Amino acid sequence: MNPVPTGLAAAGVLAATGAAVALVLPARWRSAAVGVATAGVGAAGAAAGVAAVSGHGWRAEYPDVLPLAGVSLAVDPLAGWFLLLTGAVAVVVGVYAIGYAGRGGHGPGARGPLALLPVFVAAMLLVPAAADVPTFLLAWELTAVTSLLLVLVEHRHGPAVLPAGLWYAVMTQAGFVTILIGLVWLAAAAGDPSFAAIQDAAGGLSGPVRGGVFVLCVAGFAAKAGAVPLHPWLPRAHAEAPAHVSALMSAAMVKLGVYGIVRLGFDLLGGGPRWWWLALGAVGMLSALYGILQAAVATDLKKLLAFSTSENVGLILLGLAAAGLLASAGQPAVAAVALAAALLHAANHAGFKALLFCGAGSVLRGTGVRDLDRLGGLSRRMPATTALVCVGALGAAALPLGNGFVSEWLLLQALLHQATDAGTLWTVVAPVAVAVVALTAGVGVATFVKVVGTGFLARPRGEEAAAARESPPSMVAGMVLAAAACCALAVLPALAGPALDRVTAGLRAGPRPFEGGAVDLRLAGVGSTIAPLWIAAGVVGLAVATAVMARLAGRPRRRAAAWDCGDGPLTARMEYTATSFAEPLQRVFDDVLAPEQDVDVTPAAESAYLVRSVQYRRRLPDRIEARLYRPLIAAVEVAGRAARGLATGSVHRYLAYMLAALILVLFAAAVR
Amino acid sequence: MGLVRRIRERGRVAQPATPRPEPLPAAAGLAGSVQVRHVDAGSCNGCEIEVGQAFGPVYDAERHGVRLVASPRHADVLTVTGPVTVNMAGPLRTTYEAMPRPRMVVAVGDCARDCGMFAGGPGVLGPVGDVVPVDVLVPGCPPEPAAIVAALRGVSGR
Amino acid sequence: MAAYAVAAGQAVLVAALAPWLLGWMRAVRARLEGRAGGRFGQPWRDLRKQLRKEPITPADAGVFFVAAPPVLMATSLLIAGAAPYVSTRGPLSGVADLVVVVGLLLLGTVALALAGLDTGTAFGGMGASREMTIAALVEPTLLLAVFALSTRVGSTDLAAIVAAGAADPARVISPVGALAAAALAVAVLAESGRLPVDNPSTHLELTMVHEAMVLEYAGRDLALVEWAAAMRLSILLGLLATLFLPWGVATSLHPAALAGATALFAVKVFALGGLLAAGEVFLAKVRLFRVPELLAGSFVLGLLAVLTASVLA
Repeated sequence: MNPVPTGLAAAGVLAATGAAVALVLPARWRSAAVGVATAGVGAAGAAAGVAAVSGHGWRAEYPDVLPLAGVSLAVDPLAGWFLLLTGAVAVVVGVYAIGYAGRGGHGPGARGPLALLPVFVAAMLLVPAAADVPTFLLAWELTAVTSLLLVLVEHRHGPAVLPAGLWYAVMTQAGFVTILIGLVWLAAAAGDPSFAAIQDAAGGLSGPVRGGVFVLCVAGFAAKAGAVPLHPWLPRAHAEAPAHVSALMSAAMVKLGVYGIVRLGFDLLGGGPRWWWLALGAVGMLSALYGILQAAVATDLKKLLAFSTSENVGLILLGLAAAGLLASAGQPAVAAVALAAALLHAANHAGFKALLFCGAGSVLRGTGVRDLDRLGGLSRRMPATTALVCVGALGAAALPLGNGFVSEWLLLQALLHQATDAGTLWTVVAPVAVAVVALTAGVGVATFVKVVGTGFLARPRGEEAAAARESPPSMVAGMVLAAAACCALAVLPALAGPALDRVTAGLRAGPRPFEGGAVDLRLAGVGSTIAPLWIAAGVVGLAVATAVMARLAGRPRRRAAAWDCGDGPLTARMEYTATSFAEPLQRVFDDVLAPEQDVDVTPAAESAYLVRSVQYRRRLPDRIEARLYRPLIAAVEVAGRAARGLATGSVHRYLAYMLAALILVLFAAAVR
Repeated sequence: MGLVRRIRERGRVAQPATPRPEPLPAAAGLAGSVQVRHVDAGSCNGCEIEVGQAFGPVYDAERHGVRLVASPRHADVLTVTGPVTVNMAGPLRTTYEAMPRPRMVVAVGDCARDCGMFAGGPGVLGPVGDVVPVDVLVPGCPPEPAAIVAALRGVSGR
Repeated sequence: MAAYAVAAGQAVLVAALAPWLLGWMRAVRARLEGRAGGRFGQPWRDLRKQLRKEPITPADAGVFFVAAPPVLMATSLLIAGAAPYVSTRGPLSGVADLVVVVGLLLLGTVALALAGLDTGTAFGGMGASREMTIAALVEPTLLLAVFALSTRVGSTDLAAIVAAGAADPARVISPVGALAAAALAVAVLAESGRLPVDNPSTHLELTMVHEAMVLEYAGRDLALVEWAAAMRLSILLGLLATLFLPWGVATSLHPAALAGATALFAVKVFALGGLLAAGEVFLAKVRLFRVPELLAGSFVLGLLAVLTASVLA
């Protein structure tokens, strides 16, 4: 029995059951039942993914399911990798949602939102499994619609939810339209909508067709992936959606955009000319830098995580671009390393971002605020959440011992490889890319130090944080699952080696990127190795040994009030906030971020030299949004107002329009 | 390069070190290393000038293992000058409490011993010994830098 | 087995040498300032005394404050063991490369920054914020220097880079080597908190970077932090020495070669340290917001090094 169809079928059945159960059951049992069902859908999908990446292929046609086109499914290692990733995230989110949506019954705990959750996961699983254009588009749109509804779940609780939903709806549908045009164009040119046929025919298509299809589809996929400059929906939707939905969207759904680019660029079109990859790389670098700079100065925890998603997507796209560029320059071995880096980073990001969004949800639930400036001191009141967020932050900061480090190391290895025969272009582009990755990593570290340091450590800065309470066990359990996955990826990335080997081999991108190795990651084609397990063991072992030896040598520890320069006591108002922590970075990158700052000094009545109060206000508008989207929106508004003049309500005028249209059509027909 | 010439011409300005004084028995745990935190508890700043000289290039207390630090957490020895004023009594006590054990107090100047000419003045609480336990007293109004260095050498044992 | 002994020996060597290096640098500085200065062994005496004193945890601090000194020490020890200071035949050459070394240094910085924030004092937060800003901006320079160095060897493996340099001096004494060394030197100054980026002997809280983060540490915690900071300086100067003056690094595990390499390593690091201390006499600390300009300059040097490397290759 092939485990792939079994897993997918189980996922479908469980999703339907979950949705039905959510509509039927009373509120008491609803979230538990749906949570278990969602986790089940995820587990089934992940199992199918594991089977696929370990060599079980599968393909099936269901011509009767849908009129005209039918449904065509196929799972290869690439699809398996994304099934595994999506399924694993869904398991985490399913378990987490039991507690998060439970009790209260408001917003995410209501009937509709809970019924949609397993359907959303199933739709996401369907995207990588689709094997022809109609099925792919169907699954894509199903994902978009279900996620949009889930984003809007809490629209009664905050004024920002509806605009966020609107931005998301417009951008995701615009992206869908470009993908639709691109894929239909490709299918028409290839003469058959099935991916297999497109793959065979793509080599014979003309350059402009291939280029046009690539640009259109990548624009749509990049919008879904939240790449800058197509990102404005992302910080809004991720911030306003319920935490478990944010986790699913950021960790899994955004990766489907990456999947689309890999499927199209490397599989369906089989690689392309340099300008494709240079453009993709430029988008990747812009996303990485702009995303992390915005995250570094953000104080809203969920918005910060959303911008960090843009950053990580940027790094993934940069890896894909490097792979494409190196492959087109005749460096298949290094190209395979770059591709493996991008895919591994996608998995790593899924792990730590699911964990961090769930952690942000726990903080929001425990305190009611997500503003880092008003948090602090949570490590005492929410120890489990704090510890788990630290695991996620370590991964997100791409530090050794965290899971993000390994994939960034791989990416750097691919970029650092000075392929002398890869041409002058690579010589110039590679150092710039390395510098961008390095700066991104550096600012990323500062960002996540800010998250942990100002959000969770020292004293609470607000009443809400002082009254925080720990999340229920199911939420913690969900986060523990994610943290376990992060730790496994961090210390034993070699376990993913064979799977990545199969994925890259399936894409004909080049030879296997890895040379076996049980503990260390050996790269074929690049003379570097790394053994994260030994590094982690070394740091932890030496730290424990140092602590024990120092303790044996010295006196017992004493606890005392912090040194207050003699005139205490210190209050929470004297602590550094997230805003003040990021102020030096904001100043350094003043030209990029263009913050709007206001300092109002109110003097006392007696003298202008006595200050009664000082007010500091700062706003960090999204510059790309202001420069790119505001004019666009204004233009659309002007056009809309002008169009209103066409429809005055006069029947005669409408008849005239119809006559003109008829004449135009006849004229066009006659000319042809 | 004016600085290079000046370094060459000026050479060493530090005075030759005097013979090592008798080390205090209480200072044995410090083993030749003393970090000093200074508190001005209300002095006329005369003693401050002399303390500053003690750590300057001429008297150079650093060669005897004595260093000024920025936080009482890093310090072993607290040097206190002046009569303790009402407002400085609290901070002085907090500073002493903030130091990790073992810790010592060196009271510098006559005012620190008996309030000197400020005795009985408004706002003066009393000598340093009333607020924190004093281990070493350096008399003088103000004491010479050499005397301060000698007292600190007694603590460092070098 | 012998290889593991070499790694452990290197870690012990760097740990033992680091306080002496600090004492030597203070002595050089004192001499140029016309003072007599302390003895070379004074930092060792300070450490011994601090290790015996009691550590104090601020009331609001948690596990991060207590864990940071051992973690900082562990990262320093690991790098000291992994880098090919004495021999290129260490056991860790397949485990950690130059990128990992950069990452481990950053991990130590992060541990200390979180500890600074954990205290809840204004100075702790200030130091952490400044340190992380500088660390973020140093990163591109460091990795570009790595790039320039690894280009010639085709690997980021430290032992491979050093072995190739020791075998072929022309690789080291080249425009690429000079540019990369200049870029890395500025990065080293920033990473180890020396002038003109940070003043290690300042007593003024408002100008502090590293010191501000550790103001709350006392007793053995402080000893570990200071020791690890001294080791980081030795590690970074050692990297500079072994990468750009690779001669004398043992390529075998022969005892005589190892002994010679150890002595030569000490000489190189002390020479660089003396040079740095002498240079610091002529420098003042630059404003915090001028530091990015300094780092941008070193970044450009790194970029030039990479481009020169690929043009000359």
